[in-house]
Order: sequence, then C-alpha cells, then structure tokens
Amino acid sequence: MTDLTSPAPLHEPGPPPEPPPAATEAAEERPKGTASQRSLVWWRFKQHRLAMAGLIVTGFIYLVAVFAGFLAPFSSSTFNADYTYAPPQRLHIVDRSGGDWDWGLFVHGYRSVVDDETLELTFEIDESQKIDVGLFVKGDEYEIFGLIPWDRHLIGPTNPDDPMYLLGGTRTGHDLLSRMIHGTTVSMSIGLVGVAMAFVLGVTLGGVSGYVGGKTDLAIQRLVEFFMSVPSIPLWLGLAAALPPDWGSMQRYFAITTILAVIAWTDLARVVRGRFLSLRNEEFVTSARLDGSSRRRVIFRHMMPSFSSHLIASVTLSIPGMILAETSLSFLGLGLQAPVVSWGVLLQDAQNIRAMATAPWLLLPGLCVIVAVLALNFVGDGLRDAADPYKR
Amino acid sequence: MTAPILVVRNLHVRFPVKRGFFGRTVGHVRAVDGVDLTIRPGETLGLVGESGCGKTTLGRSIARIITPTSGEILYRDAAGADVDLATAPNYELRELQRQVRVVFQDPFSSLNPRMTLLQIVGEPLRNHGVATGSELEDRVAGMLQRVGLSPKYLHRYPHAFSGGERQRVNIARALILEPRLVIADEPVSALDVSVRAQILNLLRDLQDEFGLTYLFISHDLSVVESVCDRVAVMYLGRLVEVADTGDLYTRPRHPYTEALLSAVPRPDPRLRDSGRRIRLADDLPDPADPPPGCTFHTRCRYAVAGTCDVPGGAPVLAQTAHGHRAACLRTNELDLAGIEPDPV
Repeated sequence: MTDLTSPAPLHEPGPPPEPPPAATEAAEERPKGTASQRSLVWWRFKQHRLAMAGLIVTGFIYLVAVFAGFLAPFSSSTFNADYTYAPPQRLHIVDRSGGDWDWGLFVHGYRSVVDDETLELTFEIDESQKIDVGLFVKGDEYEIFGLIPWDRHLIGPTNPDDPMYLLGGTRTGHDLLSRMIHGTTVSMSIGLVGVAMAFVLGVTLGGVSGYVGGKTDLAIQRLVEFFMSVPSIPLWLGLAAALPPDWGSMQRYFAITTILAVIAWTDLARVVRGRFLSLRNEEFVTSARLDGSSRRRVIFRHMMPSFSSHLIASVTLSIPGMILAETSLSFLGLGLQAPVVSWGVLLQDAQNIRAMATAPWLLLPGLCVIVAVLALNFVGDGLRDAADPYKR
Repeated sequence: MTAPILVVRNLHVRFPVKRGFFGRTVGHVRAVDGVDLTIRPGETLGLVGESGCGKTTLGRSIARIITPTSGEILYRDAAGADVDLATAPNYELRELQRQVRVVFQDPFSSLNPRMTLLQIVGEPLRNHGVATGSELEDRVAGMLQRVGLSPKYLHRYPHAFSGGERQRVNIARALILEPRLVIADEPVSALDVSVRAQILNLLRDLQDEFGLTYLFISHDLSVVESVCDRVAVMYLGRLVEVADTGDLYTRPRHPYTEALLSAVPRPDPRLRDSGRRIRLADDLPDPADPPPGCTFHTRCRYAVAGTCDVPGGAPVLAQTAHGHRAACLRTNELDLAGIEPDPV
C-alpha cells in the first residue's frame, strides 16, 4: 500500500465501450440521457406554440429581406409622379367581364377624378382598363445578394410602364409594396448588425467584468449604469444630429447602427456579467481548473456553454428593440435618409393627419414593424423558456 | 514510520473583510489559523469540525484552489523530493495537481451539465496530454468500470444520473490521473444514507487498489469512524486534537471532541440514553475576532476563568499520550467521556 513508486495502472482496458449511437438513428428515439443540449433545447422550443409561430414568421420576414429585389415588383427608386397617393388595386385572377371565364392575373387601371368642391385630384379604379400582370416578369434590374445581376421579378405588370400599386402609392408615386419589401432588408438587417455590435461589446465587457471582478468590475458597472441612466431618445437624437450631412447612405447606415449599439450593449453586459459571477464559484468550474484546463478553455469550453442559450435568447429579445429604435429615429427624420428606405423612413409619410386620412395604407409599414417585433419577441420568449432544459 | 507524504506547517489562510463603497479592508477572517498537520502515505486522515471551522478551506489550500496567506505545505512527490504547494509557481502546480486531486462535496454542482461523462472524466487526461482519441475513451471506460458505472454511459450527460452515481463520476475524474493524495471534501454528506455506505466502500476499495492517501473532510463522526485511520479535530481555524481513530473515540482529550462525540447517534437502542449529551452553545465565535486565550473557552463547560481566557495564553497542540495530541490547557485534569466500543 505504501509502494508509491509504482502505483497500479489505472487504465487496464476493460471491455471496449459500446460504439456511440449510430448517426442514422432518429434524434427523438435516442434516450434522453445522451441527447445533446441543443436537441433538448429544440424539443422544449417546439412545445412552445407561439414561439414556433414567431419563428416561422421571422424566418419568412428574413427571407423577404434577403430576396427583396426579386420579390418586389419595382426597385425602391422607381416612381411615377402621375400616380401620387394611388389607392391599392385588387389583384384579379379571373376576368369575367367578357361573360366567360378568362383566367389570368390582372389589375384595373386608374381614372383621375377632380373633386368638384375641393378641386383635389383623386384616383379611382377604372374597371374598363385592364393591366396584365405576370409572374417572373422582366422589370427593373437588381442584384441578388448584391452580386448576381438579374431583372426578373416574382410579380409585376407585363409592361413595366403600366401602373401597379397593390398596396397603394406614396406621396411621390412610389409603389408602397415595393418600398416596404426593400425597407424590410434595411430594417431587419439593422437589427442584426446592431445586435452583433452590441453583442461583441456586451460580451467582452460583461465577461471581463464578471470574470476578473474587483475594481475592473466596479469601473465597468459604473459605465453601464451611466449609459443606462442617459435617456435614450435624446442621446440618439444628439448623436444622429451630429453625423456629417455629406455622408453617403452606407456610411450613415453604419453610423446609425453603431449609435444604436452603443446604447444597447449595456443589458447584454449585465446578463453576461451575472452569469460569469454565478458560474465562477460553481464547483465544476473549480474542478475544470484543477483538471488542468487553461483559462481560455475554462471560459469557452466550461463556462460559456452553460449560458450560451441564455445569450441567444437575450440577443433575440434585443433585436426588436433595435428595430424599434431605428424606426423611431428614421420616423423623426434623424435616422436613415432617402434614398435608403426603411420602415421608419416610409412611416415619415404618415406623419401628417391629412395624408393619413386620404391614404391610410401609408400606415402599413407600421404593421410590418409590429409583426416583426412581435414575432421576434415570441421567438425570444420561447428560447428563454427552453434555454435551460435541465431545469424543470 | 514511513516519511509523511504531506506536512502542513503553521498554515494561515485569511480572508479580508471588506466594507463600504471603496471596499476598504476592515479586518480578516482567520479561516485557517496556524495549522500543523502530517499525513502519512497510505493512511486516511479524517478532518472533522462543525460548519465554518475552516476544514474545507484547509483542504482547498492543500489543493491550491485557495492560495494560503502564509505557511508551508510540503508535499513529497513520487521521487521523494519535497515541494512547497503553498508557493509553487503555476507551471509546477499544474504537474502537482495531477498528483493531488479533489473529490468535491456536491455531486450536482461539480459536474458540468453540458458535458458527457466521457468529456468530464477525460478532461484531465486531455489537458495533461496523457491520452487522446480512442485511447482516452478506453481509459475513461475502464475508469468508469472501476467505480462501478457501465461504460455504456460514456455519452450520457450528468443529469441522467442519481447523486450516488454522480459521486462515482467525481471519483473517477479524480482518480483518472493516478494521483497519490486525494482530498475528499465531504464526499458523502450530500448523499442518501443508503448510498453513503456504497461510496465509502468504493473509496476504501480504490485506496487498497491504487495505494491512495486520503484527506477525508467530514462533519459526520460516524462516517469518519468507519473510514479513517487517524482523525484531526478542527475548531475555529485551529486543530484542537489529533489522534488515532480508536484512541480519539474512546479517550478524547479535548472538551470539544467530547462534545462532538456525545452527539454521535448510537444505533443500539439500549445505549441510547447511557451517554451524557453535551449541548454546546449554538454560536460559533466570529472568526474575524476570535476570543482571547483558548478560543473554545466561550463554549467549554470545563473552562476556568483566569486560566482559559488569558489573552496570549492560547493552548498549543501538545503530546498527551503516544500519538495523541490535544490543545487544551486543562487536558490533564479532565476525565472526558468518549464512546464505548460497540459491544459485539
């Protein structure tokens, strides 16, 4: 027993371990004890109906954002000044005006009417005109993913010069549907890019704060409190107003995103710090250190997986805030500027009551914002609930 | 007598007490306050004491989870060279931590819920570059089998296991690096009584098999009696009595030990009321401001004013009989009751 120079070998090979479950085995059929965290989270998430609905809607919205050029009938800059505030047209599938069933997509044209009393020019649907609408029609050129040039559109008038306003026209005679689809790209991507920036800032500062602790923690937490105590709208306004007016739209886009991220990182930093603080004293972290893991490995391999799902959930929950912030800034005229279109920029048209009275469809971009924000919130809620599959 | 595997000399661990906005240090908690301890190879040394007496801190300093404030922890490695664990630099410590391993108390928080048994038990092997790939898997499987778990659990996550099984995993992780000294920090106190015996037997079997030395930290005297060769009793950061288990249980030489022993439940109903039950006052003195003289005098029923509470007159751990040391000023005047060996 005291023969310490030759300790008994610990690794006499026992019977060979059973091979890991075959990859062909369906994930659901594997015993729960071997399911990875990811599949447990997914099982939990699937049980959350609202979150699943949110996920589908969010997925759809991002698809629209990616394929905006193809889905929109026109480019975002195409307009026809003859049709300002044109009302929405109904898309017909069958033409029965000739007495028989004439299949084919079409919309009716417009007839301009001058009001006798106010002398205001309004449009009415003229049922005698028929504008043929086709699928995969040639139209304005655009680039898929900014790379592949193409000119086909999912839907559009067969003759590109004919007016087609499925969701109505704007004050300048742009097609609202096209503008909304193009706005999706900007509005949704600003959420992602901004959250990505906030994520980097928040995780780094929060992680340092929680892992190092002490004076560093104190300093970073006071910084966070400072940023949280500044009222956000005036700060956005101030920063946005300070942007040089001669900046291009791309520069402005990133500047606005950065401004939003500078404020949004604080919440994430708090979440990350809290997690680090609570995990730092967990015994499995101590034992990881005793097992000889490097500091890096302890943080990324042992600590991070324990809250990565919480991180994903809080990131998802912060995207809607980002979208709303961009929308409000642009609505106030201090965010993105034409020619860039976002939902906020489109809502600028709906600022005065008369425009809204004559053209209520201008509020539709607001509906997009609501749907997107709700869907993302549901997804975030579902993720948060599913984030820790080991707690019941 | 073989040379000791570990000698702790005058070890102090102090934690600063911080107050206020700027974290000003207003005092120190003396968690470990001048401990001398010797562990001989192959033995199981029990370390007992009530909650907050510093026994876990002592164990953690030996494993260098905590860096001690002062003192020496001399570890004799396999080659016979002495290394001071208290001051060893990080690169040396990494190697030493292969030989000194810890089994933690809580089987639930000490296993990473996001890792499979293979990853958990294989982590030390991987980090020390001992084995990789299928060799690592074979060794982990073999180790799991040694601790009584089927190798088919390799790819399972800890949440699928019971407390006893998790503690087996903990033991497997501690032993896979072939350590020489294992610090078992209350390894069974979080377990059901029915599982306790199994784990204790496992620890004992593994000790015989691998020639391990245990520092067994516990507050459960019946557990300590069944597994330990020698017992050290700790009170308020200091050792008050060290003796062979049988000797300590039958003839305690310190009033604190006597009080602890009187609280051990007797399984034999006929003996239940035979012993005197000594009740200690509930409050452990503040370790940031220990009482003068013998730190136990505030709760000791044999304390004599003028002898035990003289500032600077703290008792030291002194030999009272062969292999029996106690730190009590009146130890020779007292006749303390222990536990009679169970009649067979």
